[in-house]
Amino acid sequence: MTTLSRVGHTLQRTAWQAVPTVLGVVVLNFFLLQLVPGDAADVIAAESGSATAETMAQLRTHFGLDLPLLDRLLAYLNNLAHFHLGTSPRHNQPVLDLIGGRLGSTLLLMVTALGMALAVGVLLGTIMATWVGQWQDRVLSVLALLLYSTPGFWLGLMAIVLFSVKLGWLPTGGNLTIGAGLTGWALVKDAARHLVLPALAMAGFFVAIFSRLTRAAMLEVSHQDFVRTATAKGLSPAAITLRHVLRNALIPVTTVAGMHFGTLLGGAIVVESVFSWPGLGRLALESVLARDYSVLLGILLLSSLLVIVANMLVDLLHAWLDPRIQVR
Amino acid sequence: MTTFANTPQSRFLRLIRASSQEKPVLDAFSPVPVQRHAAFWAYARNPAAVTGIVILLVVAGLAVLAGVIFPNDPLDMATRPLLAPLQSAEFPLGSDSLGRNVAAGIVHGARVSLAVGLSAATVSVLIGILVGSVAGYFGGRVDDLLVRLTELFQTVPTFLLVIVIVAIGQPSVKVIVLAIGLASWPVIARLVRAEFRSLRESEFVLAARSQGFSDLRIIFQEILPNALPPVIVTASVLVATAILIESALAFVGMGDPNVVSWGSMIGEGREQLRTAWTLTAIPGAAIVFTVLSLNLVGDGLNDAFNPRLRGLR
Repeated sequence: MTTLSRVGHTLQRTAWQAVPTVLGVVVLNFFLLQLVPGDAADVIAAESGSATAETMAQLRTHFGLDLPLLDRLLAYLNNLAHFHLGTSPRHNQPVLDLIGGRLGSTLLLMVTALGMALAVGVLLGTIMATWVGQWQDRVLSVLALLLYSTPGFWLGLMAIVLFSVKLGWLPTGGNLTIGAGLTGWALVKDAARHLVLPALAMAGFFVAIFSRLTRAAMLEVSHQDFVRTATAKGLSPAAITLRHVLRNALIPVTTVAGMHFGTLLGGAIVVESVFSWPGLGRLALESVLARDYSVLLGILLLSSLLVIVANMLVDLLHAWLDPRIQVR
Repeated sequence: MTTFANTPQSRFLRLIRASSQEKPVLDAFSPVPVQRHAAFWAYARNPAAVTGIVILLVVAGLAVLAGVIFPNDPLDMATRPLLAPLQSAEFPLGSDSLGRNVAAGIVHGARVSLAVGLSAATVSVLIGILVGSVAGYFGGRVDDLLVRLTELFQTVPTFLLVIVIVAIGQPSVKVIVLAIGLASWPVIARLVRAEFRSLRESEFVLAARSQGFSDLRIIFQEILPNALPPVIVTASVLVATAILIESALAFVGMGDPNVVSWGSMIGEGREQLRTAWTLTAIPGAAIVFTVLSLNLVGDGLNDAFNPRLRGLR
């Protein structure tokens, strides 16, 4: 089977498997959110300071909150099929626009953090596996265990204390210097400076996971026959590590990276609130506190979709990387 | 049972069950002979694991004795605000912006963190065992359905789900425990299902079936005890994760407002990050130490239960 057809088959299979999960997520979240005490009309009434029973009824009719449960679910599914995620009563703006406006900055943060974690984690894991049992391995193992036990938001706060308050190197929050009116290269540099600390805070936990995983996978792979063959034919240790051991060890690492995509999204909620990062996580937190159903539902749906897509990408990557992985 | 106790057949069955039960699955292909209490000694010889259990016992001791060491409400004002640490013998860790004793907060916070961690992990383990054992034991359509359900809960980001459930209930310790438990059972369910699938066809289960034991009895008395070691390892990690989730929840202001929690102390200390960063650092360090000890215990248990790894470290 060629690589292309293998990847094609994998795509077909994973896409087909994702359908019931997506539907399940929609229905689950919808019913979950129906249980919330108080609806968006209550919140609007409370914020405006006064509301008559007629105004409340009018608000509920306007947003379709007074329809029977099943009708609301069907209406929601119908809207979904037309890519309408509803309108946020709080912001009086389509949910898709709201989410779309925040999605970019969250994805930027997540991809940066994941990339950082993968690079550092695989590097540390390779060092640990190469000097297994020696002081490098022990020191890095302790470091990994410490990072594994540290809450990301606290890591971020401590990084602010060190790099922003004490050293004054990096900004404490936001994603751009407000009102600076920067363009071109200066803008990119400014954005990068704002990105470092939140990405660091999110990456810490994953550096620990990836380094431990890389270490374990490399130790396992290094006992395989093909590594002995590579040694026997006289390849240099560096070439064996990079081309034979590490490449095979990357398969479990990418699997776990896909599995933890949801954890990364969850971590984004807290880290974004530490760094006042204008992303999806903060939007989610704001909409929970404002009881803004449709926005929250949209974010839940979207983040679940992101998790599914991330796992599909990992499957495709595996099908491409390793011909032994067969289409089931 | 007593009437057949001495027939050769029942003795034979007891032999099969006894011999298969004494060997946990992980030992099945092990070249190391299984000794009595081998797991215990493997654990006791592992310095990292012993360190973990010592830290954990200290934290647990503080949590239990919180009311004796600091009998006053940790949320009450005790001294002048923003007293720096190591300035006063009475308030070794200083005070926060409202003059509350930080040391008392840490000790009482240990109570909340450990209680939430342990109870949330218990909830996840119970749900996970129920779903995993039913799916793994019965297979077929039930299995398909439960696997789908597990996947569903694994797809939704855990922290987001916890936030939603806490928003539905109120931010009380009970609701937080339930929320964390409800959001983190899939790991256990997958583990238990895999164990049940591999043990379902083993000889001692066959023997139990031929004796006419009910499904319920086979699940809980025959298979489950053999499937437990990996569940215990994962449960210790779940406690750690639950403590981290609770602290994050309290940090963003969705914790129980009536109890002092390490996460809420960080959230309040954050306001003084520029002037009094220790208010943020101290409760965070408490979280790191506690979670670290649980992870060390988990790693130690994993190595102790898995004899193939015993010689490697």
